[in-house]
Amino acid sequence: MLRGLWRLTWLETKIFVREPMGVIGTVGVPVLIFIVLARMVAERRDAGPPDMPPFIAGDLPILGAMFIIATTVLSLVTIVAVYREGGILRRLRATPLRPPAILTAHVLVKLLFTAITLLLMFLAGRRYDVGVDGVPIVSFGAALLFSTTAIISLGFLIASLVPTARFAQPIGAVIIYPLIGMSGLFVPVEVLPPALQAVGRAMPFTYAASLLRGIWHGETWSSHGGDVLALTLIFVVFTAVAARVFRWE
Amino acid sequence: MPPQPAIHVAALRKTYGRTVAVHDVSFDVEAGEIFGLIGPNGAGKTTTMECVEGLRRPDRGVISVLGLDPVRDAYALQQRIGVQLQAAQLQKRIKVREAVAFWASLYSKPADGDRLIEQLGLTDKRHAWFMTLSGGQKQRLFIALALINEPQLVFLDELTTGLDPQARRAIWDLVRGIRQRGTTVFLTTHLMEEAERLCDRVAIIDHGRIIDVGTPADLVRRHCPERTVIVETDDPAAAERFSAIPQIGPVNRTESEVSLHGRGDDFVGQVIRCVAENQIHVIDFRTETPSLEDVFLRLTGHTIRD
Repeated sequence: MLRGLWRLTWLETKIFVREPMGVIGTVGVPVLIFIVLARMVAERRDAGPPDMPPFIAGDLPILGAMFIIATTVLSLVTIVAVYREGGILRRLRATPLRPPAILTAHVLVKLLFTAITLLLMFLAGRRYDVGVDGVPIVSFGAALLFSTTAIISLGFLIASLVPTARFAQPIGAVIIYPLIGMSGLFVPVEVLPPALQAVGRAMPFTYAASLLRGIWHGETWSSHGGDVLALTLIFVVFTAVAARVFRWE
Repeated sequence: MPPQPAIHVAALRKTYGRTVAVHDVSFDVEAGEIFGLIGPNGAGKTTTMECVEGLRRPDRGVISVLGLDPVRDAYALQQRIGVQLQAAQLQKRIKVREAVAFWASLYSKPADGDRLIEQLGLTDKRHAWFMTLSGGQKQRLFIALALINEPQLVFLDELTTGLDPQARRAIWDLVRGIRQRGTTVFLTTHLMEEAERLCDRVAIIDHGRIIDVGTPADLVRRHCPERTVIVETDDPAAAERFSAIPQIGPVNRTESEVSLHGRGDDFVGQVIRCVAENQIHVIDFRTETPSLEDVFLRLTGHTIRD
């Protein structure tokens, strides 16, 4: 069982890197946008007193990390939709592989590339000196992978909703990006209308943003126990729902 | 005690919401035969097959495959059967050899993957991506994957749909080869020619019900006993002589040919005896036998392509 999972993960990793557009979309684009923003921050800072919005100045790495999560989850939603439409999921299911292993392999591939993207962003951050020195990068990476895993469970729910592979990316984006907007990253959650606050509290992005921001600024995991608990709870609930509504064909 | 059938299906029923895909289906597949489930698209072939494979849970009925329950013993059964699914694809950029090696790694007693690739004529393509293969090559790869665990029973669902006649014939030879290994084959097709040439026995299914089961020849004999014999002759008395054959149907005479219509296997023999006894001068002689296509039309009132 576990052997099949590792083999499938390795196979899917090889297959993923054979498609240049997929790699550029999930790794290249977030890194590129981060570099553009980092240069902007560096130039403004060098030019004089800071007049840029606080989330750009202070939370650029958090923004980058959320962007990594968004592209990762969107890429997962698309792959699941494409595999379902092509009958690939059906064919893999008609083997001794256990169904969760088929999907877990994709999650592992995504987490691997999430880690690679973060590493590249970190290197870019050092190059443009946007305050990445002295940051607990391993701990931050762990927080990112943990948050990504929780949000991927939402991705499987979205993948169950999208009718065809063509719509996977746009529908996923329409759901995920507004949720990031409500996560408290751009404006504090408290200033949002009550309905949006409620949505923000039910969704993992809010806790992911809080956890990532805290770890980045050197706070301890234990001081973010609430975020960790919320993300774990959301992961369990969404995975349980997704397991019930997931469509293999 | 007769040997246990490879597949036993009794009173199978499967609905999707309010649509009844399979009403009431019962049949047995004997070990070592090529058994075909034939019928038009939407007749319930694939649903029936996927219930037998354990990929779908039937609403009612009993299914036993190699003595196992396909739902309860799904994982034990997976080790002993091979499947090719209708209209399934693989990852676009998976290589032929990678796919075969990966599939081999999933089973406890896999076959030699490279040998299988060679037997299916894919050696030249072993490093090619799935997306670059032709339709026939893709189907041959799916056959390889279905055989990778040396299964006792192989399921082939609409194996040659969409292939050109040449590729189709090549696949038929491969399927006969599977039977020769001692493997039982259960296939579905909507191509009557394929069923007639390939299957030892067929079950005709229409609107979710089995209409009849038998060898193709049996089914033709049972449901379409008409035979037509066309005799080309210059003997002006021929038509009259043939009319004396007992129980003969209409006799039609054209310029140089007499067409004789009758029933039963014996009819052709009677015509030959009549030719010999009356010393009718024959230039050419041919018979027309109904096909499974005609059987299907007679049993269902519509052609298989409707």
